[in-house]
Amino acid sequence: MAEIAPFVRHEMLPAEPAPASEAGVLHWLRANLFSSPLNVVLTFAGVFIVYWLVSHSAPWLMHSVWAADSLGECRAIIAERWGPDATGACWAVIRDRWHQYLFGFYPWEHIWRPITVFALLFVAIAPVLFSSVPRKLLWFTLAYPLLALWLLWGGTIWPEVMIAAGFGIGALGFMLGARFGSLGAISLGTLAAALFWVVPAAPLEHALAAMLPIGLPEVSSDQFGGFLLAVTVGVGAIALSLPMGVLLALGRRSDMFLIRALCIGFIEFIRGVPLITLLFVASLLLNYFLPPGTNFDIILRVEILVTFFAAAYIAEVVRGALSALPRGQYEAADALGLDYWKAQRLIILPQALKISIPGIVSTFIGMFKDTTLVVFVGLFDPLKGISDFVRADFAWKGIYWEPYIFVGCIFFLFNFSMSRYAMYLEQKLKRDHR
Amino acid sequence: MKKSVFLGALTVASFVAGAAAAATLDDVKARGELNCGVNTGLVGFAAPDANGNWAGFDVAICKAVAAAVLGDSSKVKYVPTTGQTRFTALASGEIDLLVRNSTWTFTRDTDLKLDFAGVNYYDGQGFMVRRDLGVSSAKELDGATVCIQTGTTTELNLADFFKANNMSYQPIAIDTNAEGEQQYLAGACDAYTTDASGLAATRAAFADPENHIILPEIISKEPLGPVVRHGDNEWGDIVRWTLNALVAAEEYGVTSANIEELSKGTQNPEVNRLLGTEGDLGAMIGLDKEWAKRAIAAGGNYGEIFAANIGEQTPIGLARGLNAQWTQGGLLYAPPFR
Repeated sequence: MAEIAPFVRHEMLPAEPAPASEAGVLHWLRANLFSSPLNVVLTFAGVFIVYWLVSHSAPWLMHSVWAADSLGECRAIIAERWGPDATGACWAVIRDRWHQYLFGFYPWEHIWRPITVFALLFVAIAPVLFSSVPRKLLWFTLAYPLLALWLLWGGTIWPEVMIAAGFGIGALGFMLGARFGSLGAISLGTLAAALFWVVPAAPLEHALAAMLPIGLPEVSSDQFGGFLLAVTVGVGAIALSLPMGVLLALGRRSDMFLIRALCIGFIEFIRGVPLITLLFVASLLLNYFLPPGTNFDIILRVEILVTFFAAAYIAEVVRGALSALPRGQYEAADALGLDYWKAQRLIILPQALKISIPGIVSTFIGMFKDTTLVVFVGLFDPLKGISDFVRADFAWKGIYWEPYIFVGCIFFLFNFSMSRYAMYLEQKLKRDHR
Repeated sequence: MKKSVFLGALTVASFVAGAAAAATLDDVKARGELNCGVNTGLVGFAAPDANGNWAGFDVAICKAVAAAVLGDSSKVKYVPTTGQTRFTALASGEIDLLVRNSTWTFTRDTDLKLDFAGVNYYDGQGFMVRRDLGVSSAKELDGATVCIQTGTTTELNLADFFKANNMSYQPIAIDTNAEGEQQYLAGACDAYTTDASGLAATRAAFADPENHIILPEIISKEPLGPVVRHGDNEWGDIVRWTLNALVAAEEYGVTSANIEELSKGTQNPEVNRLLGTEGDLGAMIGLDKEWAKRAIAAGGNYGEIFAANIGEQTPIGLARGLNAQWTQGGLLYAPPFR
């Protein structure tokens, strides 16, 4: 019997590198860019578009001029440095007018006020946005709108104090009314605050202002412009439209006929009318109804209408989320014996708002960009209002892309941060499929 | 923001509806400030500088009226108005006076219930083309593409002109002047049309003004002037005669430089009446004797205002043309101060 030598390999073979077609850059290219004839065409088309864009804009951006006093000077510098046919960006206009793009005509000696307000904005919204921030800061968040109002517009501090006092009295009424249930609490709170504002607030304010004239120099609304205006209107409308939108959404699903009808009417009317129409109403039509000489602040008017507009959209976003909740959630809340407001607060809304985050943030982003429409009522929005009069200065007449790019970048910064935060929030609140 | 107003809004105060007040003069005096509607930005006519100070040919009228009425040319609140909001802003009482390069037309004067207090600039619509197009007259523009601002009288004038001359054109709709320049320079249209004053400023701002020509034809009449509300004739008189005072001052050689000296009394009784050293014309329009003197001192007479803002010494470089005194072959003709 012949000895059979079993062939057993004792050592592992060294790993072969993957075939050239299945690894490395080549594989990636084949898999992602050239996997089919259609993809080959699309890839080349895409590369061509990118090349075209870069080849056209790169020289223009490379030939940027920052230090000049007029467009003519920019052109002279560009021609001198890069030849007579070169084109280049003239950022000198931004250097010359950046403060107007950011603050409009806000008096320069008081410029610390909007800057402070903007810095404090982040302190105020931090506890709302991030749960790791101490809860005590929420008190500052509550006080912030009035503080901002006072810092931005100036005047004596007492009107803001009166408004705050009204809210305080309202809160007191709410607590007293709490023993009569949610409805009692809300109605007593509202009634107390309204009574305070209607009857003693104005005389009290005058008396206090006469005794203790604490205040800042007044800055009128027509001096607001640029991003100061956009952020003031935008942040104000975002802060006010969310609660208002939620209430409208709840009202639209209410069983009470009158409330439901009012909410439907409001939402459908506001959504059915273009924002520009509403702005025209705010700026022009209201003047016909108000007594002559009434100085109903234009920014306040615009703010109210923009808030209404955003609230109507938010209401529909939230209503969609409310409809998406399984019926069992409502029934479970009822079964626990919770009353309407408690059920909404503890069970329904936390889930509904979580679902509607992308929609709400989209609405906010859209609304923030829509603030540039105030240009149509003669306010200086950063995109067109400021650029129009900058171009009306002969030194900068003929400038076109630079202001748009500058303003577009700042808008992108704001909106991209909002969108990123929304994604973070969605991740954090994710409770399913972990 | 007026805080009491904010409170008022919160309290839902009962607002009493009412029409715009008739006595604008009283309102302005009580307010201590003239609300003057101006363009949101037009080269040479109205524009704020880097410090937010408004200046320009139209703005100078606002200043003169404020000086005449309030005694201080700086007491003006400039309300920027757009083409859409300007007349409503005036009719609703938001502004007392509109000086926004607005063309005096029949319908605006009658149907819109406005009053044009006069003409501060005689403009007209023109064309600009590239020199290498080889066109020397607007009559040769048959078949051309024309950049035109939509919703303006210029659009209608253009259609009228081409129809009257039996020519065809292709309009390229643009929204703003800046966009029009951009389209024209990019070659999207053969010709760019707007008011001649605007064309001159646009051309002057080009990198290569020598390669563009403004065609000689002026195809429309655009008398631009200050506007007030219909129905308040006292206020209308003040604006009209303030403008007339500026024009008359140029005619009689009253300038911001010599006005102090002339107001001590001159041989010319008309100058004396204008400056308030003789008679009391001011009282007839509810102002004091020296109203016209202050209006002229604010920015100079009409000629000085023209020269400082849009004249040939400025980059815009407009010639007086129709806007010269009637004695110089122009259309400026102030009625007598008597």
